[in-house]
Formats: sequence, C-alpha cells, structure tokens
Amino acid sequence: MSEQVDRGRRQLLTAATSLTGAVGVGFAAVPFLASWQPSARARALGAPVEIDISKLEPGAMLKVEWRGKPVWVVRRTPAMLEALEAGIERLADPGSEQSRQPDYAKNPARAVNPEYLVVLGVCTHLGCAPTSRFERGDAELGADWPGGFYCPCHGSKFDLAGRVWRGVPAPTNLEVPPYAFAGTDRILIGADGERAV
Amino acid sequence: MAANTVAPAGAGWLRSFGAWIDERFPMTKLWNEHLAEYYAPKNFNTWYYYGSLALLVLVLQIGTGIWLTMSYKPSAAEAFGSVEYIMRDVEWGWLLRYLHSTGGSAFFIVVYLHMFRAMLYGSYRKPRELLWIIGVLIYLALMAEAFFGYLLPWGNMSYWGAQVIVSLFGTFPLVGDALVEWIRGDYFISDITLNRFFALHVAALPLVLVFLVVVHILALHEVGSNNPDGIEIKKNKGPDGHPLDGIPFHPYYTVKDLFGVGVFLLLFAAVVFFAPDLGGLFLEAANFEPANPLLTPPHIAPVWYFTPFYAMLRAVPAFAGTQVWGVLVMFAAIALLFFLPWLDRAPVKSIRYRGPIYKVALMLFALAFIMLGYCGLMPAVQPFKTLSVVGTIYYFAFFLLMPWYTRIDSHKPEPGRVRS
Amino acid sequence: MKPVKILLAGLVLAWCTATFAAGAGYPLEPAGSDVRQTASLQRGARNFVNYCLGCHSLQYVRYSRVAQDLGLTEQELRENLMFTGTRVHEPMLSAMPAAAALGWFGNAPPDLSLIVRSRGLDYVFTYLKSFYADPTRPSGVNNAVLPNTVMPHVLASLQGVPAARWEATTDAAGQQHQHLAGLEPATGGTLTVEEFDGFVRDTVNFLDYAAEPAKAKRQALGIWVTLFLVIFTVLAWLLKREYWRDVH
Repeated sequence: MSEQVDRGRRQLLTAATSLTGAVGVGFAAVPFLASWQPSARARALGAPVEIDISKLEPGAMLKVEWRGKPVWVVRRTPAMLEALEAGIERLADPGSEQSRQPDYAKNPARAVNPEYLVVLGVCTHLGCAPTSRFERGDAELGADWPGGFYCPCHGSKFDLAGRVWRGVPAPTNLEVPPYAFAGTDRILIGADGERAV
Repeated sequence: MAANTVAPAGAGWLRSFGAWIDERFPMTKLWNEHLAEYYAPKNFNTWYYYGSLALLVLVLQIGTGIWLTMSYKPSAAEAFGSVEYIMRDVEWGWLLRYLHSTGGSAFFIVVYLHMFRAMLYGSYRKPRELLWIIGVLIYLALMAEAFFGYLLPWGNMSYWGAQVIVSLFGTFPLVGDALVEWIRGDYFISDITLNRFFALHVAALPLVLVFLVVVHILALHEVGSNNPDGIEIKKNKGPDGHPLDGIPFHPYYTVKDLFGVGVFLLLFAAVVFFAPDLGGLFLEAANFEPANPLLTPPHIAPVWYFTPFYAMLRAVPAFAGTQVWGVLVMFAAIALLFFLPWLDRAPVKSIRYRGPIYKVALMLFALAFIMLGYCGLMPAVQPFKTLSVVGTIYYFAFFLLMPWYTRIDSHKPEPGRVRS
Repeated sequence: MKPVKILLAGLVLAWCTATFAAGAGYPLEPAGSDVRQTASLQRGARNFVNYCLGCHSLQYVRYSRVAQDLGLTEQELRENLMFTGTRVHEPMLSAMPAAAALGWFGNAPPDLSLIVRSRGLDYVFTYLKSFYADPTRPSGVNNAVLPNTVMPHVLASLQGVPAARWEATTDAAGQQHQHLAGLEPATGGTLTVEEFDGFVRDTVNFLDYAAEPAKAKRQALGIWVTLFLVIFTVLAWLLKREYWRDVH
C-alpha cells in the first residue's frame, strides 16, 4: 500500500498521543480515587468532640466516642500520680519511645495537665477494650496491683498513665489521641492545640 | 502485511510471556480476529464513529455507576438526600454524578445516530438481519435501564414519571390492575418499588446490556461491517485472501476512532462542565424537589429520549372505553423495528444508490421522529396534538408501506468496488 | 452530505427550543448574579441568615463548607453567620419548629437548598421583588409571581410595600377582568430601588451557590478539561492522518 512510510514521524505521533491519553486517564482517575476520601459528612462526624470535665470527680473516669473509638478521660488523684513514679521498673516503655501519642503527651504522666489522663480505650495488642481497675490490690489481680487498666482478652496490664507492663502481650502503651483544653473545664478531643485535625 | 501481535518484537521475555499465555488463552488469536486482522471497509465516513462511541459511553456509565452506588442509598427516606450528599459532601461526587447523568443522554444520542446510520446504508439487510435484531434488543434494554435509573434520584419528576409509565400497564384489560400492583410491589410507587428498580438498574440490566453488546460485536465480526456503498467487500479479495477494499481495524480504525473519541469528549465535557442540566433536557427542574406523592409537577414529560414514543401514546385517543390503544401503538412502534430487514425490498442497500422515494421517505422519517420528540416534551395542547397524530401516522406508514414503496422506487447501479 | 447537515441542524434546533416555559404569567426579570463573585456571596449569606433562616433551612448546606467556599475564617463565620449556637459542621437549619410553622402559615416554609434549581434563579429573584399590598390577604401582601403565597413580605422594611397597577380588560363576552399589569416602585423602605435590587441579587446569588456549591469550581475546571481535550484531539487527528497515508 505505502510507498514511503515516515516511521520516525509515526512513532513520534504514536508516543505523543499515547502519552497524552495516559495523562488524561490519570487525570480522569483522580475523581474516582479521591471520592473514597472521608466525605464532608464523615469529617463533620469526626470533628473534635467537646467534653465537660467540670463535674468529673477525682479518681473517676469519663468515656466518650470519637471517630468510632472509645476515649477515656481519668481525673487522677495525687495518690494515683504518686503510684506512677513507684512502679517504673515494671514498665516496658516508660519513656513512651515506642508508643503513639502527640508530643505534648510524651512525658511520664502522658498528659498535658497531669491531673487529666486522656487515652484511647483500645488495647494495643489486638484491639480489645481494657477494663479500668483503679483499686490497689484488686481482688482478681493480686495484692501488689498498683491500680491501672487490665485487658481481659489476653491479660495485658497498663498503669494509670496507660503505660504497658513488661511481659504482657500488648507491645506499646495505650494511644493518646490529640486533644486540647478549652478553658479549664472543657477538653476538645481530636483538636491539636487550636487546630482541628 | 505481517500480523500485528500483542507482544511486539523487542523484549524477548515479553514475547515468551505472550507465548506462555497463548498456549493457555487465545490472547493473540482474539487480538487478531477482532482488531489486527479484522478487515473493515476503507470507506467508513463520519456515521461510523457512533458504534465505538456507544461502547465508550457504556464503559463510562458502568464506571461512574459503580462509583455512585458506593454513596447512594436506595430507600424512599434517604435516596434524594443521598444524591445531594453525593453532589456536596463526597469529594468529586458532583463530577461522578454529572458524568453519569450526561452519559445517560449521550448514550441515547449516539445510539440513535448509530441506528440512523444503519437505515442510511441498509446495514440491517441480509446478511446482517440478526446483527440488527440484537441491536434493537440493546436499544430495548437501554430504554429499560434508563427508565429504572430515572426513578433512583427520587425527585418529584422521577416519582411521577415512574407513576405514569407504570400506570400504562394498568390499561391492559383484565390483568392491568394486578400487573401494576405486581410491578410496584405496593399500592403506590414506594420504597419497595425504588429498591427493586435499583436492583434492576445496577445489576440485572447492566449484565444484560454487556452480554448483548458482546453478542452484537461477535455477530458483526462474523458477517463483517457494511459500508456507505452498501456492497460486500468480501466479494473482491486479493491474492492474500484479504478484501481489496478492506483495511485492518487496528491500527487504521483504532486511530480514527481515537480522534472520534476526542471530538465526542469535547462536546461531552462542554455539557458536563458548563450546562449539566442542558436547559432542563438532561436534568429536569422538577427533579430537584423530593418525590411527593401528593403533589404532581405542573407538567410531566419523560426525559427527551423517550418523548417520541410518549407523543405517540398521547396521540391515540381512548376508544371502546379503554386507553390501551395508545400503549399498544407505542409498543408496536418499537416492535416494528425488529421487522425492518424484511420490510425493505429495495435491490440496493445504500442511500447512495436508492431512488428519490426512499431518500425523501427516510429524511421525513428522521424529521417526524424529531418532531414527535419535541411534541412529547410539550404540554398536550395545539398544535402539538395534531403534529403528534401526523408524526405517529407517518412513523407507521414509513415502516408498513416500505415493502411497497421500496419496490417501486428506482435505483442506481451499485459500483463493483467501494468509492473512497 | 447535505441531508445529514439538515438533520443535525434540526436536532440542535430541537434542543435549543425545548427549554420549558416557566408557566403562566408574570414576566421574570434576569437576576444577573454570578457565583464567582465572592463578595456578593458573602453579603448574600449574611442577608440569608438575617432575613430567611428564621423560617427557611438549607438542610444540605454546612456552615463550615460555606466558610470554606466564601473565604471566611471560623472566627468570621461565627461572628457573622452563626446565631443559632450550632457546631460549624452542622447544616444551616432554621430554629423554627416545623409544627409551629404549620400552625402559623398553614404550610411549612420549604427548605431552600435547591430552590434555585427547582424554580430557577430569575424566578426566585423576581419573586422576592414582587410582593405588593393586598388587604384581602391575611399577611396584607400578595405576590405577582406566586399569587396567594402564604409567605409574608419579610423584606418590607428594606423595600417598602409596592402597590399593584391593575388594568381592566374586556373579554369577548363583554365581561371586565382585572389584570395585574405591574408594580409601582415601592417607597418607605430603608433602601433605594437600586440598593434593594442589589440586596436581592446578592441573596439569590447565595441561594444559587447553595443549590450547587461546586458550580464555580465546575466551570473553572471545565476550561482546563476543554484545553486538554483539544490537545488530545489534535494529536489523535495528526496520528490518524499519518496512518491513513497508507490507505489513500
């Protein structure tokens, strides 16, 4: 059929059209992939949760849900805070080096204000919900139990700062979510300082 | 010409991988049969773009449809709100929805042009009767798909459109009322109706459509494509056994169709981005109000692609105490399409070699169809009532008198080879 | 091919003319608003909150989205638009209970999220401008666009209340009919006629935005998509022409 085929031109045009087409397909894929991002409704529902801590008694705990996860707020008594110092040799990660928390909670009390502990109530082993055992010498956990959290699924133990014990299945401390104080009697769960995450 | 294979010369491992697959799956064989060594007439004109474009729109509709399903809620309480959720809260949801709503109308545009092409060049004539019949089945499945899909936004026009169309079945004597109740699954268009229409729209009919499209293409590649001259290119084969007037579909028609895709997408994008409602033709204003069983929109019209048949329905008066005649006329109008291959008795296929009678008859048919569509959009007042009657009569006359006027019509001799 | 061109021209003609008539009667005035004008949208949002939100909700519009699209900080949002004490991510819901509205008006005020798309921009614009004094109505006003509306003239303090201009026509049977010919310019409002037009234009512009928050983005993106497709189509055409040298 052909007398002279300019192979160079043909290859160039094929490459240019293919490339442009591939770029177009790439652009067209963006809406499809991006539509899987959390929608505005999901973001609205996952917005920071504001909780009132003015009526929280010392030694008591509040549970709220944030982004489908239980968040625990414990108002620690001075005795509870002292117990944190005492039991350090029992802990796997006392400095929270391997654990997940915002920088402002990377301290021995794992809190902005040591009086208030804010952690996710999700065991770092397999995601069970640990139970709160704040009494010293709990009947089930033995006379030397200093008070803390105990996971009934596989027996992981955590102290009153959510720090995990040595020799239990859970590898790291309980996760601290981002949070911020709004005034003295309100906490915004999910807000980092002034900025919502 | 050497056969183009999937694995081009060059990378040896790629070729051996291709060979590995070919021993287990006819990859190269399918590629050659349907693309690289499928010989299509070299004289296709603009009318021959719409087949590949219909395939493109089908893929687009399936893709966007699957994605819409991810956020849509098929219940009477949530459907309308979930569409607005897609339009506002889902990232890029507005684009997915507009692509799908515009795609619905685009599908009918390319399919109508594709069908008209077949009528211009006699593509339904022997040996392509079955190919045409499969095509009409695709058209029927597409209409069902569009009808079920139109209820899903659960706007007031969705609701009342479904109400009117479903009620048509109530005009059948004796079984009508029971039939309507059975279709709705309730005593009115309700949650259960929406739920079953959803199932039909997103699962059942897409499967039927894809199956029919595959069968349509297989049938086409068995008999070979017709062309604007309406003569068989297989009659003139070269020494290599390939038609002298044929060229391999790939690369010649793949690159040509690629250009067609570009032009189509330009027009398509213009609608999606600058006029997704298209003045109420593609998205009707009344459908931005939620379904309200107590409040009929002031003017109910189906979406534009159904309006030619809707005009026929309204053109037929009630007679002998029943309105079933209009419904029968409407169904007959579609059923007639199946018989087209045997109604046409002309000795030539293409409009190029037909006599003046058929040329005029076909042009008037196209105008009558458009006029009917326009009348179907308008309220049932004059002059649209009279025009609907005239259009309906012409539509039927075109088909029913075809055996007569195509035989008496003159014709020019067909050439031996296609004209470029 | 000539018949083809005629056919296509016919199709285009059918498309262009097949837009629906808005129904009976009163001529609609073009709103002339533009959702790309952020300042107008900001004024419109404030107008809506002050004059409409008391009765009408925008159930699909979130405050936070409005702030984002209209370029407002959370502080500005709270100070200018949020008076009902809800959270920023909540939709703009009216504080008026629907049951009370039914009792007061005999009709629940409709949600206005999509009013511009269901009725048309010019309809809403003209409707808001076309209240006139009618002592026979419980609210003391009637509307030229939507006769016997139960909605009171909430913008009366701004516009004043226009008077209707009636014309008598005589039909074939010799009967006299009163026919609304137009409205006299209103007096007694705090805004001039031009200022009031601007006020309503901003308000319907915000409603236009509320009906389709992606509208401005859609049109802006459309230009880039078109440019890209032009490049692709030209390349595809060159490629086609190159290959088809073999055939011709």
